[in-house]
Parts: sequence; C-alpha cells; structure tokens
Amino acid sequence: MSDSSQQVHAQSMTELAAGLDAGEFTSVELTRSLLERIGELDAKLNALVTVTADEALAAASCADEARATGNGGPLNGLPIIHKDIFCTRGVKTTCGSRMLDNFISPYDATVVEKLADAGAVVLGKANMDEFAMGSSNETSYFGPVRNPWDLECSPGGSSGGSAAAVAARLVPAATGTDTGGSIRQPAALTGTVGIKPTYGRVSRYGMIAFASSLDQAGLITRSAEDAARLLGVMAGFDERDSTSIDRPVPDYSGAINEPVKGLRVGIVRQHFDEGLDPQCAVRVKEAIAVLESLGATAVEVDLPNLDLSVPTYYVVAPAECSSNLSRFDGVRFGHRAENAEDLLDLYCRSRGEGFGDEVKRRIMTGTYVLSAGYYDAYYLKAQQVRHLIADDFKKAFSDVDVIAGPTAPSPAFRLGEKVDDPITMYLNDIYTIGANLAGLPGMSVPCGFVDDLPVGLHLVGAHFAEETLLRCAHQYQQHTDWHKRCPEGFK
Amino acid sequence: MSLSKDQVQHIATLARLKLTDDEYAESVEKLSRIVDFVHQLSQADTSDVVPMAHPLDAAQRLRPDVVTETIERDRFQENAAAVSDGLYLVPKVIE
Repeated sequence: MSDSSQQVHAQSMTELAAGLDAGEFTSVELTRSLLERIGELDAKLNALVTVTADEALAAASCADEARATGNGGPLNGLPIIHKDIFCTRGVKTTCGSRMLDNFISPYDATVVEKLADAGAVVLGKANMDEFAMGSSNETSYFGPVRNPWDLECSPGGSSGGSAAAVAARLVPAATGTDTGGSIRQPAALTGTVGIKPTYGRVSRYGMIAFASSLDQAGLITRSAEDAARLLGVMAGFDERDSTSIDRPVPDYSGAINEPVKGLRVGIVRQHFDEGLDPQCAVRVKEAIAVLESLGATAVEVDLPNLDLSVPTYYVVAPAECSSNLSRFDGVRFGHRAENAEDLLDLYCRSRGEGFGDEVKRRIMTGTYVLSAGYYDAYYLKAQQVRHLIADDFKKAFSDVDVIAGPTAPSPAFRLGEKVDDPITMYLNDIYTIGANLAGLPGMSVPCGFVDDLPVGLHLVGAHFAEETLLRCAHQYQQHTDWHKRCPEGFK
Repeated sequence: MSLSKDQVQHIATLARLKLTDDEYAESVEKLSRIVDFVHQLSQADTSDVVPMAHPLDAAQRLRPDVVTETIERDRFQENAAAVSDGLYLVPKVIE
C-alpha cells in the first residue's frame, strides 16, 4: 500500500472512494486494514457484536474485480457496518438480545440488500440497546458500548455501537435506526453525524420491529457529505414494506452544495428552557450563529406541546412494542426455555428468560395501556396528543425551512448514572422524539465540545426535506471542523 | 398512581412473561412511576382532536392477490429449537 493509504481509517467515504478510484489502495487492502483496527481497538469499546471478516474480504475481492472491469456500484468497495437490528442473511442477527443470540437470519433486510448491491463491504454488526429500547446502550445483552471520547461514558443509544465505531474511526459509516432519537442522540454524544429520514423514506423490511409507526432506518457518518452519498442508495420505495412511500429519491449529493442563504431557521423557545445544560445551549447558539453568518435567518417558533412528547411516546412506543414482540414465543425462532411443563409455561419462561429488564418493562407498559378499561385513557389519548404535536410542527414549517436546536439535554453521561431511573433516561430524548411522532426527518451534527465531550446541533425538517437538512449540515461543515475532531487514542 | 402487585401480575400474565419475585418488586415500583409519568397526558385538551393513524396520513396500500413467495420451510426451520417432519414441536397440548 502507498503512504497515503496508511491512514485509511481517518478518511471519509468520499475520500476513500477517490482513493479506490485512483488505485491508491484496493478494497481488499482497505478492508484488511480496518478489520485489523477493529481487532486492535474494539475491545475498549464493545461496539461490534459480530465481525464478518471472511464475508467482508470476499465482498471486497468482488468489488476489486468489478472495478477492474469498469463495473461496480456507487459504493463499490467501501466499508460499512450494520446495526444488529438489520437482518443479514447467513449472519447472526441478535438485536442486542439473549432472545436472538442464536438467530441466523434466513434473509437480508432491504437496506442491507441495497447497500450490498451498491458494492458496500460489511465489516460486521454493531452493538445496540436490546431491541433498540434504551438511550445509553446499557440494555444490550452483550454489555454496554463505551464512548471513545471518554471510556467511562455512554455513547448514547440505541444505535450506540454504530456511533462509537464511526467516532473511533473503526469504520467511516454505519446504519442505525431511530424510533425516538436512537440515531441522533448517540451521534450527538459521540461527535458524529446522524440522520433519521422521513417516516417511510427508507424501507423497514428486515429491520426488527420495535414501534412500527415510529421506526425509521438511517445513518451515522462523520460528514453530511457521506450521509448524502449513502442515503441516496438506501432511500426509495419498497413494496415489501407496507408503509414505504412511493416517491422519487432526489440527488442528495448534488443538493448539499446549494448555499443556505435565505434559509429560514426556526428556533424553538421551549428548547432553551430549564432542562438543557447551559454550556450545551451556548454551543448550539454558536452553531445557529454560523448558519446566520452564511445568510440564513433565525426566526423564533413555538412548539407548545413539546413537554407532552415524551409521555406520548412512552404510551405509543410500548403499546406497539408489546404487539410486535409477541412474535417471540420460543417456538419458531429465538430463545426457548428448557423442560417446559406446558405450552403456556414455554411461552412465559422463554420470554421471561430471553428478554432483559427494560424490554420486559416496555412490553408490560404497552400491555397495560392497551388493556381493557385503559385503552381510551392512554393509547387513544396519546394518539390524539400526537396529532397536536404534529400540528405544532406543521404550523412551524409554514414559516421556516428547518428547525435548529439541541439534540440532547447534556453531553455524554457516565455509564451507570441513569440506568436505575427510567424517567430520567426517557427524558434524554425530549428534543428528538417529536420528529418521530410527526414522522419528520431529523439530523444531528457535531457543533463543539463541553468539558471535552461532543455536543450535537439538531436539525428537523418538513416531511421529505432531507435535502434541506443535509445542505444545512454540509454548508455548516464547510465552515467548521468539529466533525473532523478525533478522540485521543483513536487517531 | 401506583399499581398493585396483583395488577402487575395480571399484566405479566397477559404479556406472557414469567417474572422472578425480585423482578415483580422492581416492576411494581418502576411501572408505577412510568404510569404516573404518562398520566400527565390527561391534562391535555384533546376535545375534537382526531387520533393520529399515520404520520403522513397515508392509506394502507393493497397488492394484487397473487403468489409471490416460494416455500423455504427447511431453511426457516433451521432457527427453531425443535422440529420434526417439517412441523414445529411444542409441549403436549391435548391429553
């Protein structure tokens, strides 16, 4: 390998694509180098639950052959990892749970298939909160992921393994999923870029379901430019997902080069109330000032029902989770209890043993709010409040192009700090949950540090305004270098 | 608003979850707090508000009623703990 390829781990997807095109290194060399790095550094982080070295080298070799004959897709030979919630054919797909510790998926998720068809090389599967339920990665059956910026801290969750791996330069990009902030909050806490597209923009087929009306697949990368490149491949209609939206995929990579001059940026009054770390507030305001210096106009907007978004979510999401997770019965796949007395005992013990505490708690919360006598008071009420929240956003977007604010209330917190208090943990998602409830696209972009820990700027757009978010983020990254900072020990 | 141990037991039965005694004690405490927390929704004025069915108001798509899948029973059953002659095995249901 040439000298310039010594530091392949530090390069973005875009830079790596150029290196491959120029013949500076092959995909096999690149893959081998990153696999070595994972082997060397991941013991500190626990970001990956499975490393698919053989499959990756085989895919890289195919990519090199395709390149030699002038073929190959838009991501030909480029490395990526998948959150372990995406089904990968022939590879263990655990969803961070003991329940699926032995599950070898018989098929590929659409996202996995699309990225593979484009030539991406999958290095492994990322650790995550069990069934994506958690904001700290501490609910994983495979142990918590550590934040590369401070190994005593959480990387956030639930896509914590994806975020930690990208932040630590183990891989330039990772898939993630976001039901209440699970891409954007870990992106903020690890100084990476995270995008959750509009509900229905990316297929949910083969993505293990948590809360079907909120779940959406997205990405964690180190730059908006890389996110645009990958989203263009992942997005699009899929007849196998009944809520997939049939709408053309725009040229995201082209759109990011448009200036932000004239863009109206909404600032939500309630975002800067108590609850937000004052130093984080300063970083976020500085980022908004950068956008203003580029010609955007800041406008105050109101989201009066913001406070109700977390309680609404903690009715809707558990309700849908209790229904979705009823498929785990110990019979067809997943953990099965031994020596069951009868069928009911088989169900109850397989589920009791296979699920962790937080998952059981959410299944029970969902069962309660859907049970006879409580449905109207909780589930129906929450779906009504959800409409109020969506209407607030609709009103705001009649005046502004994008809403900017904090992604999370504080920088990364210490592992163990919030694990015993579900409500404090749930409130971590206060700024991100609204976008899921309303089905809007959201994005987190690194915007500075507080006490050496990264802070994220949260951008939310109207339905299908991914281009606006990516453009805003890319233009911001042309004038700042927060996204290029690398944690000590991972340079 | 606190849940009783009986209520939690009933919920666990409905959810088909066997809990240990420790898990029951913890669940009573934590579920009560969660139910308390979500109870603040009752303060919201939602008279005349239609419950949201889909974030984009999209209608359910239908597909033509044609066979699109092939039978891959053997491959799918590789993930099952107990199968025999293409059937899933469970504890005896009928005496």
